[in-house]
Amino acid sequence: MRLLLTGNEAIARGAWEGGVTAAFGYPGTPSTEILENLVKYDGVYCEWSPNEKVALEAAAGASIAGARCIVTMKLVGLNVAADPLMTLSYVGVRGGLVVVVADDPGQHSSQTEQDTRHYARLAKVPILDPADAVDARAFMLEAFELSEKYGCPVILRTTTCVGHSRALVECGEPRPKNVTEFKKEPSRFVPLPLWGRKLRVKVEERMDAQSADASSHASLNHVIPGAAADLGIITCGITALYCRELMPEAPVLKLGWPWPFPDSMIREFAASVKRVVVIEEGDPILEEHVRSLGIACSGKSDVVPRCGELTPDRIFEIRERLRGTNNELPKPFPQADGLPMRPPVFCPGCPHRALFYALTKFDVIVTGDIGCYSLAVFPPLERTDVLICMGGGFTLAHGLDKAGEKKKVVGVLGDSTFFHSGITGLLDVVYNKGTSTLIVVDNSSTAMTGHQDHPGTGRTISGEPAPAASIEAIARACGMKRVTVCDPFDQEKLHKVLAEEIAADEPSLIISKAPCPLQIRRRLGTVRAIDAAKCRNCKACLKCGCPAIVVTADGKPAIDPQLCSGCRLCESVCKFGAIAPVAVPGQEG
Amino acid sequence: MSRDITNVLFVGIGGQGIIRASDMLTEAAFRLGFDVKKSELHGMSQRGGSVSSDVRFGKKVLSPMVPVGMTDYLVAVSEDQIEVARPYLNDATVIVRPSDLSADDAKSRMANIAMLGVLNRYLKFPADLWETLIRENFAGPVGEANVLAFRRGANLA
Repeated sequence: MRLLLTGNEAIARGAWEGGVTAAFGYPGTPSTEILENLVKYDGVYCEWSPNEKVALEAAAGASIAGARCIVTMKLVGLNVAADPLMTLSYVGVRGGLVVVVADDPGQHSSQTEQDTRHYARLAKVPILDPADAVDARAFMLEAFELSEKYGCPVILRTTTCVGHSRALVECGEPRPKNVTEFKKEPSRFVPLPLWGRKLRVKVEERMDAQSADASSHASLNHVIPGAAADLGIITCGITALYCRELMPEAPVLKLGWPWPFPDSMIREFAASVKRVVVIEEGDPILEEHVRSLGIACSGKSDVVPRCGELTPDRIFEIRERLRGTNNELPKPFPQADGLPMRPPVFCPGCPHRALFYALTKFDVIVTGDIGCYSLAVFPPLERTDVLICMGGGFTLAHGLDKAGEKKKVVGVLGDSTFFHSGITGLLDVVYNKGTSTLIVVDNSSTAMTGHQDHPGTGRTISGEPAPAASIEAIARACGMKRVTVCDPFDQEKLHKVLAEEIAADEPSLIISKAPCPLQIRRRLGTVRAIDAAKCRNCKACLKCGCPAIVVTADGKPAIDPQLCSGCRLCESVCKFGAIAPVAVPGQEG
Repeated sequence: MSRDITNVLFVGIGGQGIIRASDMLTEAAFRLGFDVKKSELHGMSQRGGSVSSDVRFGKKVLSPMVPVGMTDYLVAVSEDQIEVARPYLNDATVIVRPSDLSADDAKSRMANIAMLGVLNRYLKFPADLWETLIRENFAGPVGEANVLAFRRGANLA
């Protein structure tokens, strides 16, 4: 059966065909759709875990019981899950365990461009690198087999372009699930140093065996012949497809299983061509290894850009440079000259806009976090000053506070982020007597990645009712005395609460609670309009940064009734009473 | 590069249905028996940012992304994204733009589907295939409204 699938859909399909019993993950672009698709298959247990570490640990338990399972996350999620991964490599698995990590070359939606292959080397586990949806399905099946063959977790690394591109995929039927039954074996499953040292030796032996296996594993690693032997390309992932399209005459060593390095295969390929170029996204991992084998090669040291996505355009430029027809190194981040960027903005009716607009009225430092609300850093709000990682919003604030920073520090994070890794930060602030003002912008959703559920929404990934954790109750249980829940669209009250809490000489938590308008799919209120007679053209409403407020040809602001969500923020901002609800036929809230 | 491949580039702003329209073209090409690949770039948020999607179909497609200068058809649901796409166009690229639609269609939420209608003046896929796909994508009266928008775009109304 041929299906038209994205890479992420194909991974879900491959997992299902491979007899997966359980799947765990935390949403993160470009990995989110894998679990969202897998949950549609009957008989597979799927969950959104609070974070990636939790997801991998739960999967480890499932695998040790004998079940096949997968864990999904984006590249930075593996930073969170790195701790269990390192030890699981020693302890090993019973049922096939595949850690699916989606890298993001070009940083389309990520704070870093880290190359997950480094983690495979660090954890000493195999990594597979599909080029498209066809590979994605097939490699998922291979990953289960390798994981069970070697008794270790396997990383399936995709990239944004692999996960989000579609291809025709030949699909099969599912194999039976593994029988689950825990067998006691402490010398294997408890890595106390006494046993851990023995496991350490086994890991090295395993890698040698895998390197030899990878050199003869034709379904994963193979040479695509070319007509001319003067230039041979060593590559992995989607880059292989671009190279074949743009340099069809060059033989390509396509490494779907790039680590542990298939040394004998690399040597053999290099001997069959006059010149070798390694073209890989991310860091020069293959390239440096090829050189360590005593093989001279081109790569990131001369012709391939060091950062950014290797798009077909970049491959085109690399080709020109290899041919000596272009002497400039390809530019990593292509942008049309002189064109204004069009960054994403808060949607009309977004409660984050209301919260951050209120914060513009205070002379404080704001430490932010990962979520839609990261957009508060852009003009006209510009109300986020520092941002590092998931859960960092509270802890960064605490550090600034403890360093003796004179200004008050406000730490912001979202509801899903709070459950992901914000609770420990809140504990730190309370326990160590910080004075930061903490805010959870609670829209009851993991909104940025497409409205996934989390422990606070009262629903599981399958849509079943679940206990809804209360942020307020958790904060109080952690010892936080000052906790306020506030509607951000009630600007008067919000301003008052912010003023009180920022002035307080002890920590406090404000829960700014309002739903994501994209999720509830309706207007929040009646559409607003600007009365031209009352408008003094002070442009205060434009400082909300709402896409529904436009500047007309006469230079005055106006509200686009198609876009307006009726949130009333602009109305509360206007000092002249020029903004009011207006009846638009068929568009009442 | 083989001219057996047709390259269609969709550009617009988040929320305009770029991904939906490109998915529908991909599905249409698949049902007509072509090899087809599609890629999409959507930014970190759902609304307001630049969005683009490449659809390539023909006998055998390797890369899902259209190389520089190789676009046969540019479907620009937002006029201001045409310049952003300029490096991917060539002298012969057909540009389908909002001004090809009636003023009402151009500003409606169905502009993406009406523009698939305009595109089909060139691709000439069977109209009933499109209408089936539209009804599969949008249920009930919304589907029928989109079918009419498609027909107006395709000059079939």
